[in-house]
Amino acid sequence: MKKTVNQKAWFLVLPVLLLVGFSAVIPLMTVVNYSIQDTFGNNQFFPVGLEWFEEILHSERIHDALGRQVLFTSIIMAIEIPLGIYIALQMPKSGIWASVCLVLISLPLLIPWNVVGTIWQIFARTDIGLLGHTVAAMGIDYNYSQDILSAWITIIVMDVWHWTSLVVLLCYAGLQSIPSAYYQAAKIDQASRWNVFRYIELPKMMGVLLIAALLRFMDSFMIYTEPMVLTGGGPGNATTFLSIDLVKMAIGQFDLGPAAAFSLMYFLVILLVSWVFFTVMSNIDKEEG
Amino acid sequence: MARITLSKLAHSYVKDPKSDKDYALRELNHEWEDGAAYALLGPSGCGKSTLLNIISGIVTPSHGRILFDDIDVTFEDTTDRNIAQVFQFPVVYDTMTVQQNLEFPLKNRGKDAKYIAQRVASIARSIQVEDILHKKARGLSADQKQKISLGRGMVREDVNAILFDEPLTVIDPHMKWELRTQLKALHKELKHTMIFVTHDQTEALTFADKVVVMNVGEVVQIGTPQELFEKPAHTFVGYFIGSPGMNILDVEISGNQAKLFDANVELTQNYSGLKGKLELGIRPEFMTLCEEGQGIKIEITRIEDVAHHKIVRARYDNKDINIIVQEDVVITKTMNNMTFDMSKVNIYENSWLVEGEKI
Repeated sequence: MKKTVNQKAWFLVLPVLLLVGFSAVIPLMTVVNYSIQDTFGNNQFFPVGLEWFEEILHSERIHDALGRQVLFTSIIMAIEIPLGIYIALQMPKSGIWASVCLVLISLPLLIPWNVVGTIWQIFARTDIGLLGHTVAAMGIDYNYSQDILSAWITIIVMDVWHWTSLVVLLCYAGLQSIPSAYYQAAKIDQASRWNVFRYIELPKMMGVLLIAALLRFMDSFMIYTEPMVLTGGGPGNATTFLSIDLVKMAIGQFDLGPAAAFSLMYFLVILLVSWVFFTVMSNIDKEEG
Repeated sequence: MARITLSKLAHSYVKDPKSDKDYALRELNHEWEDGAAYALLGPSGCGKSTLLNIISGIVTPSHGRILFDDIDVTFEDTTDRNIAQVFQFPVVYDTMTVQQNLEFPLKNRGKDAKYIAQRVASIARSIQVEDILHKKARGLSADQKQKISLGRGMVREDVNAILFDEPLTVIDPHMKWELRTQLKALHKELKHTMIFVTHDQTEALTFADKVVVMNVGEVVQIGTPQELFEKPAHTFVGYFIGSPGMNILDVEISGNQAKLFDANVELTQNYSGLKGKLELGIRPEFMTLCEEGQGIKIEITRIEDVAHHKIVRARYDNKDINIIVQEDVVITKTMNNMTFDMSKVNIYENSWLVEGEKI
């Protein structure tokens, strides 16, 4: 096919370029700008090259925060994905109870993040919180503001409570799209419950599970509000995840240069992991095809 | 394999059925012979799927009994009935290979590996999928998938019946014919009882030894394709089967004299004691178009040439009628009369076929 050449057509791309420029590129460039400069105040900056990046790469503090972050994300994904699948499988397929379940399951997703933090902050207090007081009354040594294990358990339980619903909803949608003939065929073939899950439900849910896992990875890797409200990163630095550390560095210590370098690398890590994750998952999908 | 007996079987989705209208399936007594191929034919919503679901055990009938050989299975679960079903769209286990798909029903029943390998090999040969045994089922075409879901049913030697729920719906036209031929061959080879639900008369007539025609929850006729064609038991069958369907004309009868709208014809049989609404049925294939004055005058509206013959569309007594004319016949302006092959005429009283006495 012969295409018409008209250089004026470039003007049609302009609005998008402007939009992307103002919404993403220019803000990002200011961060890039900070990451290669230093200042002694008075709004006077001088270039330092890649010094900040080197510092961040070798910083033990950042390594620890990254370690905590990876541990946290791994734990909550290992809990939320299987639990979400399990709950979705147990939910009624139709009728009034299906709607009731859906509404109840969706509730945690509708609560603002800092409110979730506040709810659990109070709920888990040993003096006035229902949960905290009950656990303490049972003779268990529990105090999320002083004990590292307690703090971690509380944050993980909170995240599971808050976000498993998302996995449930996505899996439920995947399950609903399976025609009843598949279950009928499985009955005729005398397939066990496990085989029905393994060969019918799981393959049909793979698409939505991929999205669920990706969303949970990104969100949990960037988590800030809830642990900030609940523990403020403590006790000590025990629950200081990457975002919390970044905010401390940028606003608490006003180390703009290192914080900017940190932001960029943080962003690249998420981008890289998401990309690898997505590529690997969709390749598995293709190979099977 | 088994003989399937339906005894006073009826089904209503309504709790307290009062009139016939409340029944999705009206009372029915029938025996499906062991090893025969049946087709359940009827328009959408005539109850054929309900009947199939009752046989497969998805639906428990509200009235009556269903027996496999002499065992009552009315309340038995699908799992225990030992039937196979091929659905409207292909149901295969996507992540398994073709071979694993075929092995699956046998593995679940705990058969030994040697027996499984031998059965799978033999079925793969029958349904001609030997060359794709190690492919994942996901990437296959619709007709290959349908073959595999059929193979999964046939791999069990002791299967009581194979049920087909409009299995060719999603298949390309040129593959339909081939699959149907293969099905027919498989039936001859393996002698399973097969029940094939369809709303396509060609499918039904080419596949089945016997065709069960249904309409609004009722079985109107069970017969061989030839019986359905020559002696439709109900005007619905006459109309539904055949392309175009049977011509139905209002008639008054005394003895062997039939009075049509403006003409009289002599029947080959004597009729007496007929009371209800009378109709004369004649297939377009058994009518001839002839010169003016040689038969009954009709008003031709259109002539369609459909390759191997012509269909003459005409009006008579304010009704549409169709006549099939051989391709080599030249239709002139003066050819506007019709005659019937009187031995192929059927008489209907209140839509049901009545037989007269031979003269």
